Amino acid sequence: MRTIDQTTDEILTLAAAHFKVPREQLRPEDDFYKTLGIKSLQALELLTRLEDHFSVELPDYEFQGVSDFRTLAERIQARL
Amino acid sequence: MSKHSGKAASWTLADGVFEFELHREPCNEIGTALLEDLERFVEATRTAENDADAIIIYSTMGPGFCAGADLRELYTGMQGVSIEERVAGVRRFLERIHAVMNALDASPLVTIAAVHGVTFGGGFELALTCDLIIADKMARFCFPELRLGLIPGFGGVPRLRRDLGNAVVRDLLLTGRSINATKALGVGLVSQVVAEGKALDVARSTAAQIRKFDRATRVAAKQFAKPIPYAELRQEIEVFCQLLARPAVEEGLRKFVESSDALPYLP
Repeated sequence: MRTIDQTTDEILTLAAAHFKVPREQLRPEDDFYKTLGIKSLQALELLTRLEDHFSVELPDYEFQGVSDFRTLAERIQARL
Repeated sequence: MSKHSGKAASWTLADGVFEFELHREPCNEIGTALLEDLERFVEATRTAENDADAIIIYSTMGPGFCAGADLRELYTGMQGVSIEERVAGVRRFLERIHAVMNALDASPLVTIAAVHGVTFGGGFELALTCDLIIADKMARFCFPELRLGLIPGFGGVPRLRRDLGNAVVRDLLLTGRSINATKALGVGLVSQVVAEGKALDVARSTAAQIRKFDRATRVAAKQFAKPIPYAELRQEIEVFCQLLARPAVEEGLRKFVESSDALPYLP
């Protein structure tokens, strides 16, 4: 079972790779919309990557209203 | 090879396979322009029915296969007209798009949707008319219409009910959530999930396989395996038009149209 820190770290690594930003620029408390410069379409791509990576389903309504990596990790952690 | 270039979509016919390419910015929203190309395409497939075996529908737009109905066109058309005129205009559009979707659904040719990315609303409904859906692993499927106070209007629910179990149908319809390609494969919505950027290649090899079989047998098999839910499709138009007359719909559309996000898929 992953810890919340491991899950967060994997999300940061995955987001950095998908959106081609240096991993060290991303922090758990960052607003990923601002940090990654993304909008709804890219958020959907991130959602698909996360579902694929963690082998979970994350309904959009659980993703909505979430904008920082840490909270995102908590939502995923609840489904692992 | 024959080909046609339209404003929103183009097609070719080569080696017995029609390839219908969606190419309208930003993500193939289905408005009047795409409807007209679809109508011409359906007519072309009827004319060449004896020279073709398969149809592949795909998109060259980066965001995805199709984001659904052109809500900006719908909203604009609703301005400055009475409720009665608004409903009558939408009903005319629905009758035309249903004729196209029904023709694709019942085509004697084998139809394959090669989808990637956003496959939402009317785009999902277009894919559902096809015999096979081949999905890029980054494809997502969604019926977001309830967010606007509407139901899917291009035949989505009757076709989804035909193909899938009620638990999935109601989940997609009532929550408006999107599902990924892996989930879609698991519930029987898509027939194959392929690597990123490979859906069209796999659709072509699938079409080549289909061409090996006797045409008359294939037509009989398709008619047997794929009944068209005409009565429910008619009912859908009525429900959609009833819902459209409510003020909440215009407000939902206004929010969508005024969004600063070019692709406001997540409310």
